[in-house]
Amino acid sequence: MNPKSIRFTKRNFGLRCVGAGIFLCLWLAACTSASPAPVTTQSAVTAKPRLLRVMTHDSFAISAEVLAAFEAENNAKVQFVKSGDLGSALNKAILSRDNPLADVFYGVDNTFLSRALNEGIFEAYPSLMLAGIPDEFKLDVEARVLPVDYGDVCLNYDKAYFAQKKLPPPATLEDLIKPEYKSLLVVENPATSSPGLAFLLATIGNYGEPGYLEYWKKLALNDVLVVDGWETAYNSEFSGSAGKGLRPIVVSYSSSPAFEVIYSQTPVDQPPTAAIVAPKTCFRQIEFVGILKGNQNRALAEKWVDFMLSITFQEDMPLQMFVFPVNPQAQLAEVFTKFLAQPTETAQVSSQDIAARRETWLKAWTEVVLR
Amino acid sequence: MRSLAARLKSVAKHVAPMLRGDKGSRYWLLWAAPLAFLGLFYFYPLLKITAVSFGRGQSGVVAPFVEFLATPSLWKILGFTIWQAALSTGLTLLFGLPGAYLLARYHLPGRNLILAMTGVSFVLPTLVVAAAFNALLGPRGWVNLLLMQLFSLNQPPLHFVNTFGAILVAHVFYNTTIILRVVGDFWAHLDPRLGQAARVLGANGWQTLRRVTLPLLAPAIVSAALLVFIFDFTSFGVALVLGGPRFATLEVEIYNQTVSLFNLPLAAVLSLIQLGCTLTLMVMYTRLNARLARPLSLRPRAYTQHRLIGWRRQLLAWSYLAALLGLLTLPLVGLATRSLARIELLPTGIAFHPTLEYYRELTVNRFNALFYVSPLTSVAISLGYALTTVALALVLGLPAAWALTNRRQAASSQVFEPLLMLPLGTSAVTLGLGFIVALDRPPLDLRASPLLIPLAHTLVAFPFVVRSLTPALSSIKPRLRQAAALLGANPAQVFRFIDLPLIGRALFVAAIFAFTISLGEFGATALVARPEYPTLPVMIYRFISQPGAMNYGKALALSVILSMITAAGMLAIERFRIADIGEF
Repeated sequence: MNPKSIRFTKRNFGLRCVGAGIFLCLWLAACTSASPAPVTTQSAVTAKPRLLRVMTHDSFAISAEVLAAFEAENNAKVQFVKSGDLGSALNKAILSRDNPLADVFYGVDNTFLSRALNEGIFEAYPSLMLAGIPDEFKLDVEARVLPVDYGDVCLNYDKAYFAQKKLPPPATLEDLIKPEYKSLLVVENPATSSPGLAFLLATIGNYGEPGYLEYWKKLALNDVLVVDGWETAYNSEFSGSAGKGLRPIVVSYSSSPAFEVIYSQTPVDQPPTAAIVAPKTCFRQIEFVGILKGNQNRALAEKWVDFMLSITFQEDMPLQMFVFPVNPQAQLAEVFTKFLAQPTETAQVSSQDIAARRETWLKAWTEVVLR
Repeated sequence: MRSLAARLKSVAKHVAPMLRGDKGSRYWLLWAAPLAFLGLFYFYPLLKITAVSFGRGQSGVVAPFVEFLATPSLWKILGFTIWQAALSTGLTLLFGLPGAYLLARYHLPGRNLILAMTGVSFVLPTLVVAAAFNALLGPRGWVNLLLMQLFSLNQPPLHFVNTFGAILVAHVFYNTTIILRVVGDFWAHLDPRLGQAARVLGANGWQTLRRVTLPLLAPAIVSAALLVFIFDFTSFGVALVLGGPRFATLEVEIYNQTVSLFNLPLAAVLSLIQLGCTLTLMVMYTRLNARLARPLSLRPRAYTQHRLIGWRRQLLAWSYLAALLGLLTLPLVGLATRSLARIELLPTGIAFHPTLEYYRELTVNRFNALFYVSPLTSVAISLGYALTTVALALVLGLPAAWALTNRRQAASSQVFEPLLMLPLGTSAVTLGLGFIVALDRPPLDLRASPLLIPLAHTLVAFPFVVRSLTPALSSIKPRLRQAAALLGANPAQVFRFIDLPLIGRALFVAAIFAFTISLGEFGATALVARPEYPTLPVMIYRFISQPGAMNYGKALALSVILSMITAAGMLAIERFRIADIGEF
């Protein structure tokens, strides 16, 4: 190597180090400057915004302008802390209760409700907004958690398949064990998937306690396919979705057909799929919000809870999170009034039973279906 | 400011003699940063969550162990986890070693490109890999469609998801690149004269391989196999998504016990068992490696590599490489084609409509969602985390590797070496909760800090850096350093002019691993993610978990972008040369 080239590469070395350093610094600066609320000259006139920390799961979403309205109205800055799926997020809230990560926790549902209440992480807040909400959603009489939304886990089917085969889609859970529906259903593992658990609960709500195992035995004989989670079931195995799998019936949500219209690749006037909403075939998941014990701003936390029950938030929710308002005054967007079928009667299992029996049910189910 | 400067000066006054001074204090100084980092961000959270978990048990510390012993299904899971990891590692070695040989010993056109392409699979989140295999081997995958067309079948003949084979194939798909890089890079610098001498002395090709080449390669092979084994042993997503509900690994069961059943004491026992297995393996490895490692004269690549001569060899080499690239890139090609087409089921068959709509839609925020970021921003966020991880992992890993190899026989090295690898064998769920219970007081309240992400990534990347560097460092002949010292070089100069050039390649391998680990990491990122700063895998996950053709298409499109960024990043690091380092 000649001396000239050594000098050249050495200078390059310095330059590159400086370049990399600058990039890193800029990036770190961008990260840190974005996180705390900067006090602008405009808001410096008024008081500094109060910080509200909201802990939630992956699926939480909200429109930018809806949040901005809340922040402006209450002179607040809301920081969201997402902590994986609901189970993981709830575990974190429980383990950090001595020094909570947030003031409010949103997203605990009726399948996890008893765990949350037994651990005593929430403070009661009997909001006045509760008066306008139907009693069927208020699962905690002490109002430690307040209902915000619900979603129905229902069977979905591929309309084209059944039309082409001239076969009526199944109308009840009982139909699924009939020979004409053999090898058509794909479900999620209830141990690892939330809709999977909901569907297991639907069968328990229908057939009771040893009865559901008999039903699953027959379902297994009828070649039900069990996969790990909703993504695999819906995207890879279900024939009505973009993945075009082989199975025309899947466990999903009552809202899924509407989203097949909204997020269709080419504009369509009818969804390619439909939900089965016959009595007792669906299981309702209700999601709650609660103020965490040890919060740093009770007054603001109350405002947030009221806000989540208000019409503004309740009407924003369906298109953002695929769930439906518990506040009957909230209007649904046109796409839902057109394409949404909702069950009149869902299968019932109490959240106390779920907490007490979850492990037993899952073990028995695993023995019968997977072994 | 002045007091700070004064304080720094006094620190320097104490540290400088240590740097110059006797070997012992310098050795401990090298350990300081890596051990402090591991202590604070790994051992402390782990101990604390273990204590908290056992504290939640109603019937003492022993009861959960008894529960484990009394549950045969848990034993079965442990047995299966070890068995599938051993089998996967064996297959990965079988598949990867010929590739390592070819890439090391022969001057192949497009070598860097081949390596980069084989490395992409390493970073992809499991849900994307599942989608990629689905595009290739799924019920409507290309292979099944082709077979159905060829043999006029009504039903797809292959079933991939929910099989044991899927787990094995996916593990080979993920980890072959580790063998190619770790073994391949060491092999590329092995002095060919040793083998040539054996041939001159009458050994045939097979004998040379068995008696000369393999023993010399052993440290690198064992090192790589160990990494692969630990990855397969702690497999979560692959077992869950591709293996399906029948094939639970220990890591899946830990998640189950923690999240679904909230049985933290039992989850802690399972976590400890997983750690214990990793530690046992590491201790065995350390013992073995002390016997295997020997100083060698490493040679530059230009010296060791030659051209492939003869059509038979060429044919053999290229057909193997075609198979290698086939397995490692065809699923990605399947993914790419699906991101560019819409499938329609017709009564007569299947129609594909080409479209760029999914890529266009990535830049659209239809309902003005708060946490939406453009793909470009997400790429920048991912790259920022990845480069921070590279910097942190190298800064911490290099001194640790150096200390290890300088004093391999020291009792402390024998203790530290196995400990360094433990983060790889730790359950992500457990450690995630550990961060929550341990790093919760100022000044270290990092629970909601974006900094936690590069820290978590560094924990995974750090063992890779150490493992990539130690074979190269331990092969440096001490005489070289001694000669330099004799000629008046101080330790820093010895490092700069002897060690650094000799380990340059290994340093790039280490950087590439740290970079790719960070780019593709999903588990820890999802657990600590601040929703304002989503990485590419987090964005992919958001799309793939929503119904609607457009969301699925967007997830595929973003996965293709992640693959391309990864490949580009790896090629860039390969080309990035600091002075003469890495030319070697």
